[in-house]
Amino acid sequence: MPGLGTSFGRGGATTAQQDLANADAILIMGSSMAENHPVGFRWVVKARERGATVIHVDPRFSRTSAMADMWLPLRAGSDIVFLGAMVNHVLQHGLEFRDYVVPYTNAATIIRGDFRDTEDLDGLFSGWDAEARRYTPDTWGYASEPSKGQRPSHEPARGGHGKDRGGEAQKIGPEPDRDETLQHPRCVFQILKRHFARYTPAMVEEVCGVPRDAFLRVADTFCRASGPERTAAICYAVGWTQHSTGVQIIRTAAILQLLLGNIGRPGGGIMALRGHASIQGSTDIPTLYDILPGYLPMPAFGADSGSLTTYIKAHRSPQGWWGHFDKYIVSLLKAWYGDAATKENGFGFDWLPRISGDHSHFGYWLDMADATGTLEGLFVMGQNPAVGAPNARLERRALANLKWLVVRDMVETETATFWLDSPEVARGELRTEAIGTEVFLFPAASHAEKDGCFTNTQRMLQWHEKAVDPPGDARSEAWFMFHLGRRLKARAAGDPRPRNAGLNALTWNYRTHGAHQEPDIDEVLQEINGRGADGALVDGYTQLQADGSTTSGCWIYSGVYPAPGRNRARERHAHGVYGQGWGFAWPSDRRILYNRASARPDGRPWSDRKKLVWWDEDARKWTGLDTPDCVATRPPDYVPRKGAKADEGLRGDAPFIMHPDGVGWIWVASGLKDGPLPTHYEPFESPFDNRVYPQQVNPAADPKARPDNAYAASPNDPAYPHVLTTYRLTEHHTAGAMTRTLSHLAELQPELFCEISPELAAAVGTANGAMVRITTPRGSIQARALVTPRIRPLRVQGRTIHQVGLPYHWGHRGLVKGDVVNDLVAISEEPNVRIFESKALVCRVEPVNQS
Amino acid sequence: MITAFLTDSTLCIGCKACEVACKEWNQIPSDGLRFTGFSYDNTVQLGHSTWRHVKFVERMAGTAADGDAGYRSNTFRWDFTSDVCKHCEHAGCLEACPTGSIVRTEFGGVFVQPDICNGCGYCVVTCPFGVIDRRPDDGRAFKCTFCYDRQKVGLQPACATACPTQSIQFGEISELRARAEARVEELRARGITDATIYDPQETSVGGTHAIFVLRGEPEDYNLPRAPEVPTVHLREAWTSAAIGAGLMILTAMMGFAAGRRPEAAPSTRRS
Repeated sequence: MPGLGTSFGRGGATTAQQDLANADAILIMGSSMAENHPVGFRWVVKARERGATVIHVDPRFSRTSAMADMWLPLRAGSDIVFLGAMVNHVLQHGLEFRDYVVPYTNAATIIRGDFRDTEDLDGLFSGWDAEARRYTPDTWGYASEPSKGQRPSHEPARGGHGKDRGGEAQKIGPEPDRDETLQHPRCVFQILKRHFARYTPAMVEEVCGVPRDAFLRVADTFCRASGPERTAAICYAVGWTQHSTGVQIIRTAAILQLLLGNIGRPGGGIMALRGHASIQGSTDIPTLYDILPGYLPMPAFGADSGSLTTYIKAHRSPQGWWGHFDKYIVSLLKAWYGDAATKENGFGFDWLPRISGDHSHFGYWLDMADATGTLEGLFVMGQNPAVGAPNARLERRALANLKWLVVRDMVETETATFWLDSPEVARGELRTEAIGTEVFLFPAASHAEKDGCFTNTQRMLQWHEKAVDPPGDARSEAWFMFHLGRRLKARAAGDPRPRNAGLNALTWNYRTHGAHQEPDIDEVLQEINGRGADGALVDGYTQLQADGSTTSGCWIYSGVYPAPGRNRARERHAHGVYGQGWGFAWPSDRRILYNRASARPDGRPWSDRKKLVWWDEDARKWTGLDTPDCVATRPPDYVPRKGAKADEGLRGDAPFIMHPDGVGWIWVASGLKDGPLPTHYEPFESPFDNRVYPQQVNPAADPKARPDNAYAASPNDPAYPHVLTTYRLTEHHTAGAMTRTLSHLAELQPELFCEISPELAAAVGTANGAMVRITTPRGSIQARALVTPRIRPLRVQGRTIHQVGLPYHWGHRGLVKGDVVNDLVAISEEPNVRIFESKALVCRVEPVNQS
Repeated sequence: MITAFLTDSTLCIGCKACEVACKEWNQIPSDGLRFTGFSYDNTVQLGHSTWRHVKFVERMAGTAADGDAGYRSNTFRWDFTSDVCKHCEHAGCLEACPTGSIVRTEFGGVFVQPDICNGCGYCVVTCPFGVIDRRPDDGRAFKCTFCYDRQKVGLQPACATACPTQSIQFGEISELRARAEARVEELRARGITDATIYDPQETSVGGTHAIFVLRGEPEDYNLPRAPEVPTVHLREAWTSAAIGAGLMILTAMMGFAAGRRPEAAPSTRRS
């Protein structure tokens, strides 16, 4: 989420799905929302019924395209060119919402004189270290900054999730050097104009394969739907993220929305559509290696090896909401370590592990594949990497190098049986009797069989109650983790070695109930909410303190359980346009983030039609249709006194309160590892050379190329002439363990298929329903050809290019079986979030002779 | 209250939630794991184990080069609509059922009582929509129950409840008919000029309890333009039969009246 995090301050969707109904135009790109978020899509349908124009830009005509007013097919992997051209369209025609852009973004901020753009350096920004293959972002800074700042998020080992606000920007005061006329040649606005000048409609036609007239219709429609009286929204999903430039695609959208004044306003925003029920929750309270709950950075070895004080100094911003950083980390440590955390021992800061390398999924998995011995055992919970992970073939083979493997799932997944019936065993690449991995399969309770909480795609926590007891030995995740922790603690209790100090200090005394001693999950939510010095539940994070008197397991969730017996995630009395009273959206139940921007700097709404929150002069407070995303009593004309810290250091007209300068970041001075502005690079595998810059691929991304993770020659490998993209269907869920096993769902899409155009079918000599073989340098699979004009050949760089679509739900178990599409995909790492590139690669398609 | 479905295909996103909700609620078995290659439709048609069925109609005659595709297009389009038993006013199945298994409920729906059905199959051939179907394992006929059990306790049918976009609406029939009229008017005003209502009230089925808003011709969705309940031909059929019988009797009587004994036919058998 650093794309949204660096641009706006928080790593979450800026809006709520209900609010899409208020949009005048909706651009859906990098997502097939109707297929994968059919329930939320009702609000898009509602917007269309109210007269909004729904635009779908996607390589294939999907269920979403069918519901849209306009569909533009583009070549997979060319998104930044398309969006960049929309940015350029705005700038060339002066369509920016200037009254919003000047006070609410850093467009006026002047950048250092030694910055060199991709224009000057053939597609690289200044600061590129070719040896280390990474950027030093010093030259990207604001002119008002000192020349060398501390930039912890640019340390090589660290991922990009930390604090998710990007840019430590320590010295950006509330008044950086600015030119409010936007004329200064080094102000962000002018740099932006120069940077995107080459992203023209002609370039869109040449690179994306979208005719320029069609592009202009979309750009015009979207821009016309923006301004004081109108707003336009953007929805995306993993169709944007799973690229080697994924974060920068989202950044381009963020820049477009900031220029058009569409952030923080009703019907505007960027809706990040998450792929599972609680994926937002799993970054808020992370399953990621580089952050702690609430986007606090996981301390790094070296930089954060010192004391808690130096860690806080490195990560706290003087101005902006992150000025409260110390309160959140101390309250977290107190929640975890209780009385053992004292001021003297830095509240147990040294018990936290330190990042010392690439501890991401792929970092570890490649170690596993190499049998380096760094990873002996693995817990696989709630995922099925034997089917769902890129280069699944490599991942399955790597499992055989483990000493032990624990799989917790509702069914026996392909991951749990890799040693028995995987394609590798069938092919003789693995021999069951030679595999030493001890596999433990634990049956898991489903969501209806346990109490708990989801955090959905719009940051909303929703409680679910247990309907029935789980069958047999199936248990909840909480039960498993609680009792595992309890047993580990019991074993460590008598062991005084320093490595056990943290485990011994950990508070782990949840109440249990029932025959199976299920931990009380309600109590866990109370711990997350936090308690004050008196032990009473706090009603929000503003009550948290840095002196060790308060606790909170995740500061952004604070307020979800404000009083005994009041679990706001469980509330079901929706009222108002945003459904307040139903669930709890972090932070502080704000449904539309940055909604201060829905009012003019003086606190009045931009228009009556698009009013959301406003300053009530009589009551001397902010009020409106949503919880104001600012200090409710701080007047619009507030000017901070010199040296004021944290939120008090921000002006009363600052809507992006997480940022030290209080504005939306068109320009990201630090925090992103591949540049302050988005730049088009071709995917790692592409049939085409990069027509925008000489630099072919994202230089900071890591292809992890190796013999078992090989790549086609790029550009234009004659052995792999077609573009391949993978996706999901409504009928199945991700790696399929939950849906391929149910007849009512399996029968709806009973077999792996490959969507190709009639033109490609004719070219390769196949027909609808026939088997075809799809091959990449990683693997080769078979699928039924589904020949349909919904897939169209495109004209790119003067020649015809075919695109091939593959849904990836099948594996070798379940009621319906099929080859594993992810065997075709490479493991690679986007530089900020280390995500792989499954949405744009190349392949070959051949008919299979069936005898 | 006399109830009905209004299925508005212009709101359908093809998610098949109705199919799954129907199967879940009514505990209908799977009807096979066959890949058809026919767009995204693998359940093919209504039958003994599919009581809601989403059709996927690809109309890809034109080009989408100018971006004008999908909902607003008249040529490059993928239409979805959820089909269901029509619960006809004059239901062929009900009229043909010799056991009294098929009845009309207080909600106006047509309901098969599975404990009475003897599997004769007369209903199957008399349904003008090809909806009702016999289950091969036990021979009895099954179709949409109009969620009679749910309606009995004040719930709406499972499919309408599951539909995320209100493409399947449920309610009082005259209200839904009015809503359908208004909807088509609104769509046409919006430029969707091919929007129509499918509710064959003019034919012998006399209207249905499953009304549709469609785009284009009913045949595009495999719906008969003028469905007829076979029993309208009964009078005709009985009249013909009566005339035939009369003529036969007359012929026989004429034979007697002629008073001639017919000669025994010569044996062709050689002895």
